[in-house]
Amino acid sequence: MNIIQHVANLLIRSVFHADPASWPWTWLVQAVVIGIAAFLAFAFVAIFAGPVSWIERRIAGRIQSRIGPNRVGPQGVLQWLADGVKCWLKEDLVPAAADRPLFLAAPYLVFTGMFGAFVVLPFGAQVVAADLNVGILYLLAITSLVVVGLLMAGWGSNSKWALFGGVRSAAQLVSYEVPSAFSLLCVVLLAGTLSTQGIVAAQGGWPWDWFIFRNPFMFAAFFLYFTAAIAEGNRTPFDLPEAESEIVAGYNIEYSGMRFLFFLFAEWANIWIMAAISAFAFLGGWQIPGIAPEQIAATKGWEFVGWQALSWTIFLVKATFLVFVVIQIRWTLPRLRVDQLMITCWKYLVPLSMLMVLGVLVLLALVPEGGGADTILRGAMVGLGLAVVLVSALRVRRTFRVDREHYREMEGRDLWYPPYRLP
Amino acid sequence: MSDRLVQALRREFGETILATDDHCQDLHVRVAADRLPAVLGYLKTREDCTLLGDVIGIDYPERAQRFEVVYYLRSLSLPRQVWVQVGVAEGEAVPSATGLFRSADWHEREVYDLFGVPFANHPDLRRILCHHEFEGHALRKDYPIEQGQELGEPEKLYSDRDIARAAHRASLARNPAGAGDEIHATDLLTVNLGPSHPAMHGCLRAEVLLDGETIVDARAEIGYLHRCFEKEAEDHTWAQVMPYTDRLNYCSPLLNNVIYALAVEKLLEIEVPPRCKAIRVIVSELSRIIDHLVCVGTNLVDMGALTMYWYTFNVREAMYEIIEHLCGSRLTTNYARIGGLSHDLYPGFEAEVRAKLAMLDEAVTEVVKLAARNRIFLDRTLGIGAISRDDAVSHGFTGPCLRACGVAYDARKLHPHLDYQEYDFDVPTGEDGDTHSRIMVRFAEMIQSKRIIEQALRRLPAGPVNVDDPRVVLPPKEKVYGSIEGVMNQFKLIYEGIRVPAGTAYGFGEGGNGELGFYCVADGSGRPYRMKVRPPCFPVFGAYPRIIRGGMISDAIATLGSLNIIAGELDR
Repeated sequence: MNIIQHVANLLIRSVFHADPASWPWTWLVQAVVIGIAAFLAFAFVAIFAGPVSWIERRIAGRIQSRIGPNRVGPQGVLQWLADGVKCWLKEDLVPAAADRPLFLAAPYLVFTGMFGAFVVLPFGAQVVAADLNVGILYLLAITSLVVVGLLMAGWGSNSKWALFGGVRSAAQLVSYEVPSAFSLLCVVLLAGTLSTQGIVAAQGGWPWDWFIFRNPFMFAAFFLYFTAAIAEGNRTPFDLPEAESEIVAGYNIEYSGMRFLFFLFAEWANIWIMAAISAFAFLGGWQIPGIAPEQIAATKGWEFVGWQALSWTIFLVKATFLVFVVIQIRWTLPRLRVDQLMITCWKYLVPLSMLMVLGVLVLLALVPEGGGADTILRGAMVGLGLAVVLVSALRVRRTFRVDREHYREMEGRDLWYPPYRLP
Repeated sequence: MSDRLVQALRREFGETILATDDHCQDLHVRVAADRLPAVLGYLKTREDCTLLGDVIGIDYPERAQRFEVVYYLRSLSLPRQVWVQVGVAEGEAVPSATGLFRSADWHEREVYDLFGVPFANHPDLRRILCHHEFEGHALRKDYPIEQGQELGEPEKLYSDRDIARAAHRASLARNPAGAGDEIHATDLLTVNLGPSHPAMHGCLRAEVLLDGETIVDARAEIGYLHRCFEKEAEDHTWAQVMPYTDRLNYCSPLLNNVIYALAVEKLLEIEVPPRCKAIRVIVSELSRIIDHLVCVGTNLVDMGALTMYWYTFNVREAMYEIIEHLCGSRLTTNYARIGGLSHDLYPGFEAEVRAKLAMLDEAVTEVVKLAARNRIFLDRTLGIGAISRDDAVSHGFTGPCLRACGVAYDARKLHPHLDYQEYDFDVPTGEDGDTHSRIMVRFAEMIQSKRIIEQALRRLPAGPVNVDDPRVVLPPKEKVYGSIEGVMNQFKLIYEGIRVPAGTAYGFGEGGNGELGFYCVADGSGRPYRMKVRPPCFPVFGAYPRIIRGGMISDAIATLGSLNIIAGELDR
């Protein structure tokens, strides 16, 4: 039985509570179920990547004291649709000297690598496409598929700049897989399972139940993972594969129309995926404070739907907040250089993440869960987290106040919302 | 000063100093061609004239020694400038000064390209501004200005032999004890940085040999924006040249206007009224601020920091509003006039400038705050694209790039034009000559420019903005319509141009990128006989391949941004 059939069986069992093997035309049922699931996930990805692109552009505008897209739909929320239609209508150009099959296939491979990750993301208490028992491993493996696509694009374009982009991205993604995998290993150690739902279930709704605040090593592991994930997603300050000022947009330079959009699509969806992984692995995922997962599973009817929706919302809020952080980082920092990028990874992130694994192991052996030492540790870490949040909140408040004064000076009236434009 | 120098030269070289002349206080020394390197060497080592600013060619078809080649030397600590002239007949070679000054390389190539004067012992005598297939020499008087040529084949800067040689040199640099074959020529990738590359501001081209992403060797090519400014100038009246100067350094057109007007006024030996001087100072410094804002902003974009670009460009936009209000256009300002200005300031100018200057402070503080302690920014700029003080001088650097190396040469201090001596300002200098110093020097200079503008606004005297001289300045419209003298003045000035007495003068000032100068030769008619621009980026870009060698592509891009090469001025 191959993996696809296995996934289909899992899906059918979880949705229909029946064994597909007992039905006639088993393979047909499996194919239909997989098709529907893929379509739903695809629509979800599309609907997520689009607005993320709009959010990013609006936030960028806000940070850079300009406006950003605000013409298509109210406040420009439909801009991504307009862009999509535009790119769809553009000519699909293939350079004469390109390696045609590689060039044509590359965007799909990149997209597949990103899309496949959605299969195991635990959106809610019972909402996951497939709760594989190798979830984390699967995530690491499928997101690495992107490298192959980028290399194909770089080589297939037959342009030196594209080749630079492809090679840069290959080197970068392969390197940063290591610290991100080690950081996730810390999570696996604490949860005792590779399953994504299992990892969420091992945490709780309250912040002191989250893995990030379990101990200092987990706290550091979260930031290590986050940094490595930004690098894997080719985001600033690690956006070297598509550094437009250096290597003229890198691997996607020769692409046009929809194929070009697939790269951007994958990039924006990728931000969301990495934010989601951080959210479920470190920040408690969909866990609702005060309600155990078993209690949700036991409910029926509308009550069940309500709890599901709440868990879904909690997860989305956490992930979207991290998306915002990624966007803010992008528009604040300059770009690293190739050698500095490698130094950051191999000299700092890799040893540090190994250290975190060791530290988590030692604490697992020394500090029994639920004991006094464990409580003190968690309390201290939550306090630290609170302090970080408080300091940021104060700074944000100050910025808002300054903005409001500027606005009052400029427009002569008060402000109801962060202003779109600063003087 | 010049008398002493002439005596010293005569004592040293005797009869080989053929003539001296200090028309307009510019000391010209004519020497025999074979003694040229000796004289240049003497001036460099004994008289502190360490910077070869320019090499100028002039064509006199009626003379036996048809071509005149002029070497412009200057001191960086004393107000001392010398022009050394040699005359050569068609086909005769001038001994090259490349052994003494690195900047001579490109300057001599330019003279070779445009006049066909060969230079003996020049290491790389090729065309530089014109296409390599171009026939004839564009600035010779017998080359018709309207004659175009169709040229297509781009020049290959590296032959296979060059690549092999570069590989050998790089191998030796990596392992001096080895046989020089660690890097094979086939390992090197030849990549064109430009002319159509987003970071090659305009149309610069550098062909680089890459080992991985490390630049083993680089060569630069210019001329993609060459539009024969100097030839055009010979075909127009003195006043008509003014709009062309807008397009030289298109980031600070007002500075070009003002400095060109200064050059012609020097030949005419007239002095503009105090109000005109103050206004010229204000618009010059505004231009300098804009120039630096553009440079710093785009440099940060080249390093991937898009946000800081917007913070600098918002201020630039605000300042452009002033210029738009003042000149009616943003880039093609055409504001200065020979003997004054096109028109006086508009009412409310001072208040607007003050308001917009307040924005500058905010932007500079904000960008410096974002950058100054940012680890990534520091790692990307500190020690990157560094050039030593001696190399910078030898390459003919001026302006912020030279000051970043620690040489406090500023034409405004050393040769105060426009009464700059009456203003209180500092000349900020760096130490390391790297990208970081260049950026920080520019930030500091913006603040100094702001100080100057504030002082100028405070003192801004009343009075006319034009000299009262009907030979130079157009009469007001009422006079043209109301009196016969007015009509005649207008007619003469428009149709014949301003009669500039025969002579030679070098008018210069501190441009956005360094010493911007106009070397004007007048023959008494209404048009320039020869006009040579000294663009500050020309020598700087000449050093670019040297600076980026050994670095990475990303460094090359960051360095280029900080050097602020403006193609319009570079290629003319």
